[in-house]
Amino acid sequence: MRLTYPDSIRIIRLPCTGKVDVIHMMEAFRKGADGVYVVGCLEGECHFLTGNLRAKKRVEYTKKLLDDIGIVGERLEMYNIAASDGPRFAEVAKEMHERIKALGPNPVRGAIQNRRTA
Amino acid sequence: MIVAERKPFDEITGFIKDCKRILLVGCNECVTVCYAGGKKEVGILASALKMAFTKEGKQLEVKEVTLERQCDHEYLEEIRSIIAEYDSVISLACGVGVQFMAEKYLGTPVFPGVNTLFMGVTEERGVWTERCQGCGQCILGQTAGICPISRCAKRLLNGPCGGSTKGKCEIDKDLDCAWQLIIDRLKELGRLDDYDELIPIKDWSTERAGGPRKLVREDLQP
Amino acid sequence: MNTKTPSRLEKVLAAGHLAVTSECGPPRGSNGDAIAKKAEMIKDYVDAINVTDNQTSVTRLCSLAACIRLKLMGLEPILQMVTRDRNRIALQSDILGAASFDIHNILCLSGDHQQFGDNPQGQNVFDLDSVQLIQTARYMRDEGKFLGGDDIDQPPEMFVGAAANPFADPFEIRVRRLAKKVVAGAEFIQTQCIYNLEKFELWMKQARDHGLHEKVYILAGVTPFKSAGMAKYMKNRVPGMDVPDEVVQRMSGTPKEKQPEEGLSICVESIQRLKEVEGIRGFHIMAIEWEEKVPEIVERSGLYPRPKIQ
Repeated sequence: MRLTYPDSIRIIRLPCTGKVDVIHMMEAFRKGADGVYVVGCLEGECHFLTGNLRAKKRVEYTKKLLDDIGIVGERLEMYNIAASDGPRFAEVAKEMHERIKALGPNPVRGAIQNRRTA
Repeated sequence: MIVAERKPFDEITGFIKDCKRILLVGCNECVTVCYAGGKKEVGILASALKMAFTKEGKQLEVKEVTLERQCDHEYLEEIRSIIAEYDSVISLACGVGVQFMAEKYLGTPVFPGVNTLFMGVTEERGVWTERCQGCGQCILGQTAGICPISRCAKRLLNGPCGGSTKGKCEIDKDLDCAWQLIIDRLKELGRLDDYDELIPIKDWSTERAGGPRKLVREDLQP
Repeated sequence: MNTKTPSRLEKVLAAGHLAVTSECGPPRGSNGDAIAKKAEMIKDYVDAINVTDNQTSVTRLCSLAACIRLKLMGLEPILQMVTRDRNRIALQSDILGAASFDIHNILCLSGDHQQFGDNPQGQNVFDLDSVQLIQTARYMRDEGKFLGGDDIDQPPEMFVGAAANPFADPFEIRVRRLAKKVVAGAEFIQTQCIYNLEKFELWMKQARDHGLHEKVYILAGVTPFKSAGMAKYMKNRVPGMDVPDEVVQRMSGTPKEKQPEEGLSICVESIQRLKEVEGIRGFHIMAIEWEEKVPEIVERSGLYPRPKIQ
């Protein structure tokens, strides 16, 4: 399988999505990411039992927080994909890429760049 | 513990909209346990505030500090040397901590970052419920260890009222009727006859009604 | 005849008559004639008229002022008082105010939680509960003292009543709670609306087993349904209300235009049956915004004419 996915995506590997905390997602946006998505194992198949379920709740919480700040919670998403499911991984990457493209750049990134060029 | 929750984001940004440097102070006690104002929440709020400012084309410097407690002089003293460098302080401690900080540092505005809710317990992960209103004269000995003052919506001392339905309170079908709990526990203890005792009219002077309260222990005073 | 107060209601009960009381809800405005008009409709058919105190926590003209209006019409008011809105200073003060107009009946209640009303953001007081308000009214009358211990110059002579809801939970404690109100000093009881007669009879039996029927006058509460919709609402929405399915079915099985008539018939039949229950000393007819039907209910139930006392 030589599947391709958009090169706008940078992967950060973690032992389990249960390790992803609110602050990690927040900081990613603060530093200029236009979108973030968390990819965990299928529900019910977490090696650490409930790591991916916890991640899901934290993602939901962070989405609300991003809405409050005006960053738009839709820039953040949680997906569950089996480790063996390459095609789905590529599909999700494209899906997220399109979503973020439609939303436009993270307003924080715009402001950072303006400041640099000013 | 004292249970609190973060204030709405807009309210917090409203406090500091004209600031350039703020000190964001968490507390390691109750608000850490209820995920409202511990070190972690300080980090998240700092990140959110900085982002919100950046988005508006403004800059905000946030110094993050989390103290052991904000209700004791000695820990509040830890920020004495730096507080003057900041335009204002947001304290994520309960209302007690916010006030004690404000009393101590008169020259710097101190704003609350949380709404202080009640004295309660962690009923389960992510769920906190009220248990005590600090009336100053505990009656738990007469009510099978369940407090009708904090847990009955009408704080009836001789309940249950006519609105108790299937063990739940008339104001909320998810709220236990405190008097149902009391009766169940009295039965469990084989002491249902205690129910027949009238609980006398309460002296509320030891509660908020009597004015701000003070406790002095001379044996402990320096 | 052994009575302790100048209350006409007490005299009717002490003389062994089945008493009849009803209620008038004060208006949501300052038009005092509204209460007079309601009272006018029922005055010859009842021994005393309850005036509700901001019922369901909806702000209305005050109970005491409305009682005074009734008294000035020569009628016999029962002052309903909830502990939700007043502390012990205000409660004692209002009792004195009522007594100064020769109002001699009080019904002591805790009151619905303010969440149900038009000011859910308001503070509640609950300095006392209903049981303690009973104690207070009796203490003021019998000891001639304020709760604070000072003597009252001309103590209020209140015939003291309380409410009982046989249908709230836990059922097993309901008679014991009634007993607490009797120990506190309640002299008459008006019950919640009765639709589940079997359950009520069971409650009355327990009350008799405790000897309560000999210590307190129990007035059975009834409310006629105006429509099947009202029956369903009472069944499903009103906390502590027990409306059996058969009753709801009987109402909804009746053509809409005949439902009011059916509601009145159910009410009259209930009274007839309750008359046979040992320990029932009268009826409290709560015709909610339907006061004009009280005369008919009283007549059809064989409770008319009312005894002439004094």
